[in-house]
Amino acid sequence: MSDRLRVNPITCEAHGLCAELLPELIRLDDWGYPIIDQAEVPPELLELARKAVDACPTLALALERAPAAERPGAPGPPRLPRIP
Amino acid sequence: MSATAMGAAPGPSGLPRLLAGLDPRGATMTHADHVRVHGELPRSSPRQLIEAVEMSGLRGRGGADFPTAVKLRSMAGGGRRATLIVNGSETEPASAKDRLLLTRLPHLVLDGAVLAASAVGAGTVIVKLGEHSREAVRAIEGAIPVRPAEPVDLHLAVGPDGYVTGEETAVVQYLNRGVAKPTFVPPLPFQRGYRGHPTLVQNPETLAQLALIARYGARWFRELGSEADPGSALVTISGAVSAPGVYELAFGTSMTDLLAAAGGASEPLQALLVGGYFGTWVQASRAFALRLSREELRSVGCALGSGVLIALGERACGLHESATVIEYLASQSAGQCGPCAYGLPAIAESVRALADGVAHERERERVLRWCAQVRGRGACHHPDGAVRFVESALSVFGAELEWHRRQRCTAPPVGLPLAPGGAAGPLPAAARR
Repeated sequence: MSDRLRVNPITCEAHGLCAELLPELIRLDDWGYPIIDQAEVPPELLELARKAVDACPTLALALERAPAAERPGAPGPPRLPRIP
Repeated sequence: MSATAMGAAPGPSGLPRLLAGLDPRGATMTHADHVRVHGELPRSSPRQLIEAVEMSGLRGRGGADFPTAVKLRSMAGGGRRATLIVNGSETEPASAKDRLLLTRLPHLVLDGAVLAASAVGAGTVIVKLGEHSREAVRAIEGAIPVRPAEPVDLHLAVGPDGYVTGEETAVVQYLNRGVAKPTFVPPLPFQRGYRGHPTLVQNPETLAQLALIARYGARWFRELGSEADPGSALVTISGAVSAPGVYELAFGTSMTDLLAAAGGASEPLQALLVGGYFGTWVQASRAFALRLSREELRSVGCALGSGVLIALGERACGLHESATVIEYLASQSAGQCGPCAYGLPAIAESVRALADGVAHERERERVLRWCAQVRGRGACHHPDGAVRFVESALSVFGAELEWHRRQRCTAPPVGLPLAPGGAAGPLPAAARR
């Protein structure tokens, strides 16, 4: 079970702090919104990833512990923390 | 197996199935006529019904193509407070099949809804329609009170129009809060939907098919189509054909026969748009070799989606038509997610410039780069569908870009529909084998 970065695109307002703090995994698109190139966070970047998550002014960036349910009807109950 | 125990009634052979007994003059089928054509609502245990649906291989007909039995199973144990939503929004402008079913054969759809709700133990069914579907609203309003006593409560909800309002989380949020916009998932509706309870969202055609499977069985369902693509499908065919309309066809039908069902091409064709505005363009020469099968369509990067087929005649300009469609899709963004809200208008502007021949030399590369950037970055799949459409347009009509730079294109617009319910006012419909 690895930690994965995920952006809530509805709450994200393109402040861009995440790309600033974690350029190893996050870059910005032409409109300033984050593109997560690699969602899985390697252990050595975990500390920085947590900082990026904490720095997000709209709480749009999250670290999740499980793979996301991808399709409607995916078996099993959700194990994901809800993102505010 | 229980699936053979079900479907004791002998089913009709061949086509039509869903459209059996459809009044050619356009009247709504009464409940009495519906029972005469299909018989009473069958009684079967939830387990039997879900097994029959599983054996039938039925997949969702709203565009997502997801196995219906898996969706039903995901709801098992949802309890009485669970809800089934009949998603009749049909916001794809070139689609008319759900409107046809709901308007003309409301009891077939309601049968399927009641059966599916009972199978997952849900106590409530809500038929959700868009404001544009006035005839469907009237038909459902008329149909609900004449239904026999049923184990579920039936309700009708009418919401605003708009391309993304039919997305299932948008439907749920509209019913919960009056906001017809998609939400960030998870939770998906089956996890936490209407009023916070497990909610199954199904397309009307899927439910109508389910109503027939419950009556005639999985084996009957598989008499048409192939192992991988069993049964029949409703296809809305429009554009350069002589008789645009909704047709019921067996899976495996060749593209030539599909077009023949709609009266054949009304002029030589250059391309087909398969799957509607969320679909992909295919060169006519390649399309004619295809059959109505998921595998064959996938081989040319297509999916049937909600069953929309638009024929583009040789005289039309695919680039200009595509610019019109992507401008429409950009205008239909819910405006919630940056990549969609900003990316789609930028892409649309560039595609228009390419079609008008006033684009920067490297505009095409820029559009493709933006498409790659935007994909997968919305809360819903609106941006994904839009960029897939644009990529296919640039691929199929890409050879015309240079010509458009050199001279003015004077092809007249073909008038693609740009609002839900835009495909043909009165709905001609028929079924061909």
